Amino acid sequence: MNTSRVQCEVSLTVNGELRNLRVYPMERLLDVLRRQLGLTGTKEGCGEGECGSCSVLMDGALVNSCLVPILHAHGVRITTIEGLAEGPLLHGLQDAFLKCGGAQCGICTPGMILAACQLLNEKPQPSLEEIREGLSGNLCRCTGYTQILEAVAEAAGRGSAR
Amino acid sequence: MNIVKSEHIVGMSVPRKEGRDKVTGRALYIDDMTLPNMIYGATVRSSIPRGRIKRITFDPGIRWDEFVIVSAKDVPGQNCIALIVDEQPCLADGVVNHPEEPILLLAHADRHALSKAVAAVTVEYDPMPALFSMEESEQCKEIIHGTDNTFKTYRLEKGDVDSVWAKADFIVEGEYFTGAQEQLYIENNGVIASFDQEHGITVWGSMQCPYYVHRALMKLCKLPENKVRVVQTETGGAFGGKEEYPSMIAGHAALLAMKSGRPVKIIYDRMEDMAATTKRHPSRTRHRTAVSKDGKILGGEIEFTVDGGAYTTLSPVVLSRGTIHAGGPYYWPHVRIRAKAVATNAPPHGAFRGFGAPQSIFAMERHMDRIAATVGISPAEVRRRNFLTTGQTTITEQRIREAIDLEQLLDRGLALADYRTKRDSFRKENESSTRKKGIGIATFLHGAGFTGSGERNLSSEVAVAGTADGRVQVLVSSTEFGQGTKTVLCQIAAEELSLSFEDVEMVQPDTGQVPNSGPTVASRTVMVVGKLVQSAALGVRQTLTACGLLRHGYSQQEFREACSKYVAKHGRLLSRARYRQPAGVFWDDEKYRGEAYAAFAWAVYIAEVTVDLTTYSVTVDDFVALQEVGRVLHPVLARGQIIGGVAQGIGFALYENVVWQNGRMQNGQMTNYIMPTSADLPPIRVYFEELGNEYGAFGAKGIGELPMDGPAPAIVNAIEDALGVKIDSIPVLPENLFEAMATSSPGHREFRPSNEAQ
Amino acid sequence: MRSDPADYELVVPGSLRDAVSLLAAQPGIWLPIAGGTDVMVQFAAGKLVAQNLVSLWNLPELRFIEVNDKEIRIGAGSTYTELRKHDVVKREFPLLASAARWTGGIANQNRGTLGGNIANASPAADSLPPLLVYKADLILVSVHGERRVRYVDFHTGYKRTQLTPHELIRAVCLPRSFAGYFSYARKVGARNAQAISKVCVAAVAQVHEGVVADVRLAVGSVAPVPLRLLNTEKVVEGRVIDEALILKAREAARGEICPIDDVRSTAAYRAQVTGNLVAEFLEKLAASGNNA
Repeated sequence: MNTSRVQCEVSLTVNGELRNLRVYPMERLLDVLRRQLGLTGTKEGCGEGECGSCSVLMDGALVNSCLVPILHAHGVRITTIEGLAEGPLLHGLQDAFLKCGGAQCGICTPGMILAACQLLNEKPQPSLEEIREGLSGNLCRCTGYTQILEAVAEAAGRGSAR
Repeated sequence: MNIVKSEHIVGMSVPRKEGRDKVTGRALYIDDMTLPNMIYGATVRSSIPRGRIKRITFDPGIRWDEFVIVSAKDVPGQNCIALIVDEQPCLADGVVNHPEEPILLLAHADRHALSKAVAAVTVEYDPMPALFSMEESEQCKEIIHGTDNTFKTYRLEKGDVDSVWAKADFIVEGEYFTGAQEQLYIENNGVIASFDQEHGITVWGSMQCPYYVHRALMKLCKLPENKVRVVQTETGGAFGGKEEYPSMIAGHAALLAMKSGRPVKIIYDRMEDMAATTKRHPSRTRHRTAVSKDGKILGGEIEFTVDGGAYTTLSPVVLSRGTIHAGGPYYWPHVRIRAKAVATNAPPHGAFRGFGAPQSIFAMERHMDRIAATVGISPAEVRRRNFLTTGQTTITEQRIREAIDLEQLLDRGLALADYRTKRDSFRKENESSTRKKGIGIATFLHGAGFTGSGERNLSSEVAVAGTADGRVQVLVSSTEFGQGTKTVLCQIAAEELSLSFEDVEMVQPDTGQVPNSGPTVASRTVMVVGKLVQSAALGVRQTLTACGLLRHGYSQQEFREACSKYVAKHGRLLSRARYRQPAGVFWDDEKYRGEAYAAFAWAVYIAEVTVDLTTYSVTVDDFVALQEVGRVLHPVLARGQIIGGVAQGIGFALYENVVWQNGRMQNGQMTNYIMPTSADLPPIRVYFEELGNEYGAFGAKGIGELPMDGPAPAIVNAIEDALGVKIDSIPVLPENLFEAMATSSPGHREFRPSNEAQ
Repeated sequence: MRSDPADYELVVPGSLRDAVSLLAAQPGIWLPIAGGTDVMVQFAAGKLVAQNLVSLWNLPELRFIEVNDKEIRIGAGSTYTELRKHDVVKREFPLLASAARWTGGIANQNRGTLGGNIANASPAADSLPPLLVYKADLILVSVHGERRVRYVDFHTGYKRTQLTPHELIRAVCLPRSFAGYFSYARKVGARNAQAISKVCVAAVAQVHEGVVADVRLAVGSVAPVPLRLLNTEKVVEGRVIDEALILKAREAARGEICPIDDVRSTAAYRAQVTGNLVAEFLEKLAASGNNA
């Protein structure tokens, strides 16, 4: 049938800021964040929704932004890694990742921290098994996960749900 | 040797230098960057394993005049990716030798138009017969490389192996296989290249070795040293997969930049990266060992073969390291090792953490358990009776001079793993369970730094500089890709200069700015380059002291002032240090004899597994990683390296399988190439011992690759312990285990789960 | 990313009626997309044939879970996360709750929908065997109204279903008649999370006067469609569970399935493991103390 080449208007709040965009409806949220909005903290590792390095919070729920057509993000609140810290004050998870060695090469880190965010928002005192499960959709090739899990437990201990 | 532990920064878990940027999303990786006027590049690749290119047609539906098109004819210099030999074409010229081999390059401002254009190029071939396994290659029914399909051979002899067979009480044979493994860095390969007449070529990208890329571009683009500049950007994982491969992608981007006159970005997507780039060399090791009745190795023959893929690339060096590690941490009075790297029509295999050692050590450690079973002693005991001790020589006749006590290390490992108690209780529990438990040991060594004369040939150089505002910079070509290069080298310099960690930074590895301190490989960065950084830092202090600007016992503030004054007066403060091979160290490249490595790290790894006979899947329940590493310079980073390496080793053993068809990887997606998630790994318990190392910074040995060597054999030894089934090939997928059990013993009854208590 | 977004149209209908009207106006042209966890993967790989997509994401008429005395009605647009969290699903339909937990990771559970999974009709989908076991009915909707079909009839072949080109799945209905049943579910994948099934089994049964009663057994990934093992059920129904019965059940199960070799696993492995899981189910049923 037709190939429409028609763009549409999409409005969404990203890290607290309202953005009005003119985009093709099937552009991936990942690409809109990185290219149109210059928020390159969200990464593309696989394009198939397997590695989680593209994950962001959409109305508080973790999603793989490589699998979200931008039109599905109309009217939502998106939080990316850039939206976590408050100025120079790091989020408790960010602090904990630094302290516990949760980030090595750093490419999985933004998605991993956001996954931990959703987890702690729902379960402020997660067990180790719950942390494992909560992060099981985010792949890390460098750390073997142990220090990441410790970072999340550390942040939970310090009461980092926000 | 005394370790002076009065340091304040070395030995502490100081904050990762670039950590804050990484946790805030501010760290910039190559795909996060754009340049003005930049266009995108992509690669048209071979769809067959071997053949002549007959014709290339361009679908008339595409506006080809909008595209930059580069072929082999456009190469200004030599159409090769310079490495050990200048053999691998940058772009195929009439002939292809592996699936995914690059043939043409396209560039366009619109990456979607580009993607459609790649699909619109049709290449027609006259296919030629191709080889897909080591066995096919050895048989030489078709010659695809040289005269006998062999890239390289080594023959290592110690003593007189032919004399041992007659004295043997047992002759133990075994054949062991390891498969290809994908490095699977989460950041795919990517570069940006720009060209202009004045500056020449500049390349930014994800890489381990800027000077390797620099050298390759000089030859490819026919440019002098000062007209090529390579800059490493924040790199999202590498593990060897970005040691040699970046020269290829950089060469492609450079050619497009030269032809178009615009900056060109090439980023692979996951499918392309998996299918087209390097993997760990598949291997086959054959052992034939003469053993005394009390389980001592009298001597033996080892045949070690690796599959190098279609071009030589790094196979000679992978083969070399695998050969030298093939005897494990044991005393071999007599040994003959015949090693070869053979050609097949697959994308060339390449560097991956361990670099040949995980392959040959897998075989050695499986074989030790085989010897134990044959002789009738325990796996722990057979190792005890054969461990190298201080004063003995390795298979290359390198004398062990340090006071390593492997028996004690093994004892400690066994205690940490609660080995004996568990082994006994598992035997009992297994009788009435469908979930069989087992525990297995691997003991091994890993040599750090380049082999033999390698470090001397590299002749690495570093510099430490003082800045106008009194701070210190470390200038090295060593790269950070998660393992902690920046942090540890700054620790070393800060410690040496009695400054705070915050006062020292490492300059971005840019061949226009930093000296060639060698590649970031071979577990050499902390040990070798770190020691040079320590020297150069000392040189800075000596310079300032010598001209009277700095007194003994200075404060940090005094240092800053002295440094500023010096720079104000002299323009710059720079101290260089160059590697010099220690005296009394000899290595014979012909006979493969002598001091292979400046230092060995030693390890005992113990894996506890459960084999679920309902699904044939193996889970690692507990893992003890105990290693002697000279000196731990940064506890959190060191632990992180070990855990991460063990995780990759567990993947190598149980999960990671490349499905090949006609030389091409069929499962090149993260959905189908399986690496462990957080739900698959146990807590990995890490323990260190420190004997020091006179050749390493502050006594450190290299540890980056060590953890890759032990997990696979420890796990497979544990599986055999659980089931009594011999498995000599990895990965052990459930399908493979099922098949091994079904065929393992005559009269093997179909297993039926019995009633078990809930 | 191997597709050009400019070549695709995606419309968000204001209502379910608008959605089905579109399908009726141009049958076969519009591909529904719900959470996108399947369609977007094909899109990125350059393999999405359809160029016109109609979004079902977040349509209120599809995103609900209603409970009455007789049945639970799950809107097709319910996500796996919603299934996991719902009290009645957890309590009375644990096989569906566990399947939801095993599908992808948290991020994909937040977006993947039950209706999308059913319509996509992959035989490897984890939530489909539970629907077979729980006697699901589907409510299909079009401009002509609604019709109710038995889920057991829904899959007609590999990735083919009873859905006509102008229909959508509206809801999944499960009768609330499984309290007091013993349930068993097991998924076998390549790893513990984020894995496509090599085999997945879902089963319920009761033990009544010492024999198996009302056993319902379904398997995924071993046939072109998710499969009820009707012969195997007949073999065990009304019998006492002993070693001989388990052996018969294994043989019956292997006879009903037709697994294949593919990039993920082998036919031989899948066949063996199916038999093992059927046996494990019966062992556990016997040991469960269920006594209806």
